[in-house]
Amino acid sequence: MSNDSIIEPGDMQRRGFLKCMTWAGTAMVWTVAGGVPRSRLIGNAKAATNDGFSFVQISDSHLGFDKPANPNVTATLQDALNNIAAMPKQPAFLIHTGDITHLSKPAQFDTAQQLMGTTKLAVHTVPGEHDILEEEGKSYLNRFGKGAKGDGWYSFDAGGVHFIGLVNVVNLQGNGLGALGHEQLDWLADDVKQLTASTPIVVFAHVPLWTVYADWGWGTSDGAQALSYLKKFGSVTVLNGHIHQTMQKVEGHVAFHTVCSTAFPQPAPGSAKSPGPMLVPAAELKQHLGIARVSLVSSNAPLAIVDTPLAG
Amino acid sequence: MRSALGASVVVLISTRAFVAAAEDAGVVIDNFTFSPTPLTVKAGTTVNWVNRDDMPHSIVLPTLNVKSHPMDTDEDFSYCFEQAGTYDYLCGLHPHMHGQVLVQA
Repeated sequence: MSNDSIIEPGDMQRRGFLKCMTWAGTAMVWTVAGGVPRSRLIGNAKAATNDGFSFVQISDSHLGFDKPANPNVTATLQDALNNIAAMPKQPAFLIHTGDITHLSKPAQFDTAQQLMGTTKLAVHTVPGEHDILEEEGKSYLNRFGKGAKGDGWYSFDAGGVHFIGLVNVVNLQGNGLGALGHEQLDWLADDVKQLTASTPIVVFAHVPLWTVYADWGWGTSDGAQALSYLKKFGSVTVLNGHIHQTMQKVEGHVAFHTVCSTAFPQPAPGSAKSPGPMLVPAAELKQHLGIARVSLVSSNAPLAIVDTPLAG
Repeated sequence: MRSALGASVVVLISTRAFVAAAEDAGVVIDNFTFSPTPLTVKAGTTVNWVNRDDMPHSIVLPTLNVKSHPMDTDEDFSYCFEQAGTYDYLCGLHPHMHGQVLVQA
């Protein structure tokens, strides 16, 4: 794919998934403007000049992980946060889409809070399955769940956008997929009821809300039901983590996006025997890790996402 | 008296065989896979799962309402199956990982 290739709407259907080549030293920006999705690769410099409301997303920091795939996940999270601090225009806030810790240990949560606190940014999180391993999720909720409902879901408004944080990692069932559950779905339907259709919506959750690869549990069993409640909105952007790689898909007015981990990469769906950590040469690791910056490009709702590797 | 002694020896051998069976019933977790599965054991056997993977896993036995602690690398979990039956289990962190224990009477 050349640097200026533009995916027209007709192509989107044919392509289905569009894999972002962050490790090739490029960044992906896509917008959904007036119902016409466009996607192209651009250089980081152009993206960095973007004005207006923006926020950043990081994910899957797995603090406490110490295996060969990345023996120092604290340092790579710090690198990601340093990159955010170095942005010429500071984002409005930081979203972490879960697996903040590896084993939900107090010390791991402490390190996460201390490091993310150094950015001076407001932090909005949702838990990953690795964050609720102790005390039925209370160790997560006590630190990050203030004002949240149920297992940690909530919504807020910023920059004219309605943000919805969902939890799809509790009580996972034998079908292998993430799940939201009735209580949360009912809350979601009620939460968006009063909003006008022109309100841009950003939904963030740990496990992808669309099925990336069912054999590895990379999807949410009742994700389609959640999205059905968002049908009236002209711009819906779904941000996920969990799969430790960037992927995106545009389906009608809904744009789906997953970001890289700040800790270690995982293989492309079905390309390995298991979804375990992918071992890459140490010198190349930071090309596989990264952050995403999301900007509101104009008042007509389009959001632009730029994935940036930690290095390379 | 001889007869009674003989009986007690038989019981002792039986108990020893039972203990050996319990020690033998192990499942290894590696590369997001349980092995062996299905595992066939006698009722009363304690099954031990050990995690040799570089990611944590847990054991969830839904029909028994049993959930293990999260097992990091080289940690393990044991459960004694008292009743005969077919027990499906899964990993609480990665529920696409399935296993089965067949417990014979």
